[in-house]
Amino acid sequence: MTIAATPAPSPATAGERPGVRMARSRRNAELSLLLLAMALVAAYGAMVEAKVLDTITPGFWVPAAALTAVFLGVHLVIRFLAPFADPALLPAVALLNGLGVGFLRRLDLAKAAPEERADLAIFAGTGGRQLAWTLMSVILAAGLLTLMRDHRSISRYAYTLGLAGIVLVMLPAVLPASISEINGAKLWVRIGSFSIQPGEFAKLALLVFFAYYLVRKREVLSLASHRFLGIDFPRGRDLGPVLVVWAISLLVLVFEKDLGTSLLYFGMFVATVYIATERVSWLLIGLILFFGGAYLAYVLGETVGGPFANFYLRAQIWLDPFAEPYDDGYQLVQGLLALGSGGLFGAGPGGGQPLLLPEVQNDFIFAGIGEEIGLFGLSALLVIYLLIVERGLRAALAVRDSFGKLLAGGLAFTLALQVFVIVGGISKLIPLTGQTTPFLSAGGSSLMANWLLVAVLLRVSDAGRRPVGGSGGTVTRPSGPPEQLHGAPTEVIKP
Amino acid sequence: MPELVITVARFGFLVLLWIFVFTVVGVIRRDLFAGARSGRLVAAPRAVGASTGQATAKPAKVKRGRAAHQMVVTAGQLAGTRITLGEAQITIGRAEDSTLVITDDYASARHARLVPRDGQWFVEDLGSTNGTYLDRAKVTGPTPVPLGVPIRIGRTSLELRP
Repeated sequence: MTIAATPAPSPATAGERPGVRMARSRRNAELSLLLLAMALVAAYGAMVEAKVLDTITPGFWVPAAALTAVFLGVHLVIRFLAPFADPALLPAVALLNGLGVGFLRRLDLAKAAPEERADLAIFAGTGGRQLAWTLMSVILAAGLLTLMRDHRSISRYAYTLGLAGIVLVMLPAVLPASISEINGAKLWVRIGSFSIQPGEFAKLALLVFFAYYLVRKREVLSLASHRFLGIDFPRGRDLGPVLVVWAISLLVLVFEKDLGTSLLYFGMFVATVYIATERVSWLLIGLILFFGGAYLAYVLGETVGGPFANFYLRAQIWLDPFAEPYDDGYQLVQGLLALGSGGLFGAGPGGGQPLLLPEVQNDFIFAGIGEEIGLFGLSALLVIYLLIVERGLRAALAVRDSFGKLLAGGLAFTLALQVFVIVGGISKLIPLTGQTTPFLSAGGSSLMANWLLVAVLLRVSDAGRRPVGGSGGTVTRPSGPPEQLHGAPTEVIKP
Repeated sequence: MPELVITVARFGFLVLLWIFVFTVVGVIRRDLFAGARSGRLVAAPRAVGASTGQATAKPAKVKRGRAAHQMVVTAGQLAGTRITLGEAQITIGRAEDSTLVITDDYASARHARLVPRDGQWFVEDLGSTNGTYLDRAKVTGPTPVPLGVPIRIGRTSLELRP
């Protein structure tokens, strides 16, 4: 019986066999997609100039070229440091980011006086600032990829990040309104003319903490339960953490006057719990708690007012935006009109009237872009978001460790939820809240946080797609994780 | 700029946008199919490379119909779970990195493993606290596993099926 003592191929022998089908890194596919995306961004810039200036200036390609340069830099970082990362993530994100910069530059062109339009500097105006932020964020994301060679290493800072996340969430709420309030939502920290939205970074920090916490607690949450109406419900005492997060998100709702952020934190937590436990009951509990809380806030806003009044007002606008089309409902009505006048194919880049939209560079950027590229173009953008989220979830499925699974799944879900909250808001599906549109809208904090999110997803997808036991013998990993003891991942087919 | 050029560019841009979307989908699609195909045939999609060398030689020795192709959990928390058997060994235990992670109070972190050898699977206890049983007999060394005979680990029971 000694024969069986020599096990199946060891990781060492597996590592010496390059050129395996599954082990293809697909970096060249990423490069060509990236170049296609940048060509689209350059074409967009040219079309905007053709329409707004009536001529194409010789420098129309400069913003696109700057973006291309920095994205190619990230591509090289990925090629060397995360060679098996997902090939679709970077180009998709780069396209959204590039179109965002292009649209903001288009707004600057429309705002500038006609004689100044032709020589608008590259880094001038909102578009220029967004371009600078993009360059910075992308470099930061590349830095994170370089520093974090293994996504599991951030689980070491889980409690620190969790605490930092809560502090960042609460910071705008406790600061005086003069520092933290913009347009009725207390989400900001303003220092002079410089403002950041700490909540955007809190999202990432909290998610790392949630993932770490749930990896440790998931057995309790998923196994101890009683069955009721065919659904397994958790024990009362295990509801503690979810209730705490619910309370925090309600506090955010009340004190920061922002439904979107509150929905985002709570949804993020419920989704990670669901991913960790596979229990539908958590989704039910989450939905009931959230809708119950929101309804309570609505009723309190109607009767008591005070901190709940803002939410009540927003719900009223949502229920009937045309009641006061020049007053409270102005934003939403203008957004809907813009989307409507865009129609199926839009007015063409540069052909719309985005300056009629209040907050077109932030909250309403989707409506502003929609007016110019129409439903046809908007649905392409939504599909790109969908693909990014799908790749994130795919990375979560592929990676072997539970922390990575929860982290990637949670991050992908958060991105999806944020897109849903803002696009749902401007299209009057849900009450409008001041969320940023990831990668599109102006704002350094949001852009930076979302690029960090992409860096984490790239890192996790690299770990998930990397062939077990080295990487085909071509790439060395100095600070990599201990090699997997076994080559076979679990394959479970539910009967 | 003539109006015609702008109109053509406008629609061209939208078409290009969708071409980008479909190219991305194409890249993803190839990726998905590569994973799904190997995932269904063998237990170890990412270890396929490790076994391609022997894969050409091995199937000749395995007699169709008598070889084990699946491992089925017949009792315990994971009852109903199936694992498609490939060339790679199957490890069983509570540790996260086991092939079959069983949440059984009587199982050890690294409890036992199943190793294929020329089409025959062997079960081997990895020094577990409560032991591994093949039917009624305690497994002490690597023991060949016939089809349909239960391997008992704690409250969990496994069988090999063709």
